[in-house]
Amino acid sequence: MSEAKIQIKNLYKIFGKNPSAAMEHVKNGVGKDELLEKHNHVLGLKDINLDIQSESIQVVMGLSGSGKSTLIRHINRLIEPTDGSVTVDGDEVLKMNEEQLRSFRRSKTAMVFQRFALLPHKTVLQNTIFGLHIQNIAEEDAKKSALRWIERVGLSGYEDKYPQHLSGGMQQRVGLARALTNDGDILLMDEAFSALDPLIRKDMQDILLELQDELQKTVVFITHDLDEALKIGDRIAILKDGIMDQEGIPAEILLDPKTKYVKDFVEDVNRARVIKAKHIMSEINGQDLNGAMPIDQDEFIDRFIDKVIAEKPDNLLIQDKDKKNVGFLSTQKLSEILKR
Amino acid sequence: MSNFLTEFPEMPNKQFREFKKGVDASYKDFAREWGDFIDAMFEPLLKMLVFFEKTLIATPWPIFMIVLLGLTYWGSRSYKLVIGTFLAFVFIGYFRMWDETMSTIAIILTSVIMSVVIGLPTGIAMSRSDRTQSIVTPILDIMQTMPPFVYLIPIVMLMGIGKIPGLIAVVIYAIPPLIRLTNLGIREVDKEALEAADAFGATKKQKLYQVQLPLALPTIFAGINQTIMMALAMVIIASMIGVKGLGQPVLQSIYNQYFTKGVLYGLAIVIVAIVFDRVSQSYGQRIQKHRSGKIV
Repeated sequence: MSEAKIQIKNLYKIFGKNPSAAMEHVKNGVGKDELLEKHNHVLGLKDINLDIQSESIQVVMGLSGSGKSTLIRHINRLIEPTDGSVTVDGDEVLKMNEEQLRSFRRSKTAMVFQRFALLPHKTVLQNTIFGLHIQNIAEEDAKKSALRWIERVGLSGYEDKYPQHLSGGMQQRVGLARALTNDGDILLMDEAFSALDPLIRKDMQDILLELQDELQKTVVFITHDLDEALKIGDRIAILKDGIMDQEGIPAEILLDPKTKYVKDFVEDVNRARVIKAKHIMSEINGQDLNGAMPIDQDEFIDRFIDKVIAEKPDNLLIQDKDKKNVGFLSTQKLSEILKR
Repeated sequence: MSNFLTEFPEMPNKQFREFKKGVDASYKDFAREWGDFIDAMFEPLLKMLVFFEKTLIATPWPIFMIVLLGLTYWGSRSYKLVIGTFLAFVFIGYFRMWDETMSTIAIILTSVIMSVVIGLPTGIAMSRSDRTQSIVTPILDIMQTMPPFVYLIPIVMLMGIGKIPGLIAVVIYAIPPLIRLTNLGIREVDKEALEAADAFGATKKQKLYQVQLPLALPTIFAGINQTIMMALAMVIIASMIGVKGLGQPVLQSIYNQYFTKGVLYGLAIVIVAIVFDRVSQSYGQRIQKHRSGKIV
């Protein structure tokens, strides 16, 4: 695997008056509750290690207070860590001076916020253009690019409206258009859809996935909603009390939860809807696969389960896009996975 | 012993007299030495004030009326206010108070401009540093609670009687709300909006001009409105040290018990205050109409 786009190493964040002193306690194994009670410091993040691959969607999931919003703010250094390292394209973000950091934020990252964070005195167009505007990019070019993204998120005709005139879903489209207009490789989304109604949230998720297909950005997506995480994440990291409990592809998290916390999280998920054939297939090792039913590796179980029940094959032959055989899955294993 | 308990151990009379004398003498020396220099420093301000006053008085009343009503409409977009302003100034003119009103408007204009020029940057500086805030706040407290008559004394000793000392007194009295509300307005700006500006790589200056000041504007406007009102209230007191305008006749009426004259000029001050207040407030509300929009 190539070098990760974003590398987070041994990241610690402690909130309080004297974080470096509290750091000693944490390294000696003092937990979040004890640190607060005895030393009056809040443990934000503890020893976070995370590699985020280029052009993928990395979800960071956790309940409120788990440190997920703190973590995402370390990537563009809106929050200073107590200890550790964050590199983007090999550059250490934490060593940048003010000027370098500013240009890093302008050219490489863009952020979408939970409560939209639009500027109420600016119109939709002016908000969308904001990132380019502060870079002193020529008005004409900036406007052209902003209008293109306003159209892509479906807000054409609203360019001159003020944010207050729009519904929440529409405001977040402006937030998304603003981030995309900035055209950085990295899109940081802090609970971007959490404040929206379920239906509108689904719309926005679809828009994001559709855009991602085309743009191939590196997306870091924070959420507290497992369904959302499973739907859009290429990989999912689960945070609890500032500690990373587990990290992996969605199927791994579902099939092999490492801690009780994760187990509780994934218990009620409909597996057939989130596990793809490729996640559970086995390697072909000379088995007799005569009469096996061919299945595309990217199909979700619930898309082919009816066919399996109808035809009752012994094995499924898993194929990639070009119909090349990449693995197989016995019907027995499939039923076990669904029963568990 | 009983003496000690019943009478506060105070400074002996002789020493106290000498203490007062000493302070007075050194301040007088300071005034003698620096008075001319300080006068010269405020010369441009005097010029501005005199220019406003002369221009306003020299302007034919119909033209003044048209400009005033035009500004009222531009500021408030309300015909009711325009008609009210018209009637109010007809009253002022008909009862022979026109020139004094012009003088008062000139000094209000000058002192509000001065207050904004000094107050806005001070308020911004306060909002950026808790240290600055903790230094400026007690100074503002003093400015607001010290009776104006008390700080009139050193000002008059330093600069004599005239327009400039009056102007300074008005500004001292009127500037604190503007500074306070500018500070408050900027500190209250939505943290998320600021964070977004940071995340997109805005400089400090860009954040100030594109996020903080625009979002604080309604609060700052409330401060300017307060400053106008307080400047008007100060006009009477300032007239004691030679500021021309609506205050002087009121003062005369107090000394001579001219009831009608006093009431008329008092009413004129009220009228100017109400017109300024309504116009500046409705302007303040109009520029932030987009904040209270309906959902489409």
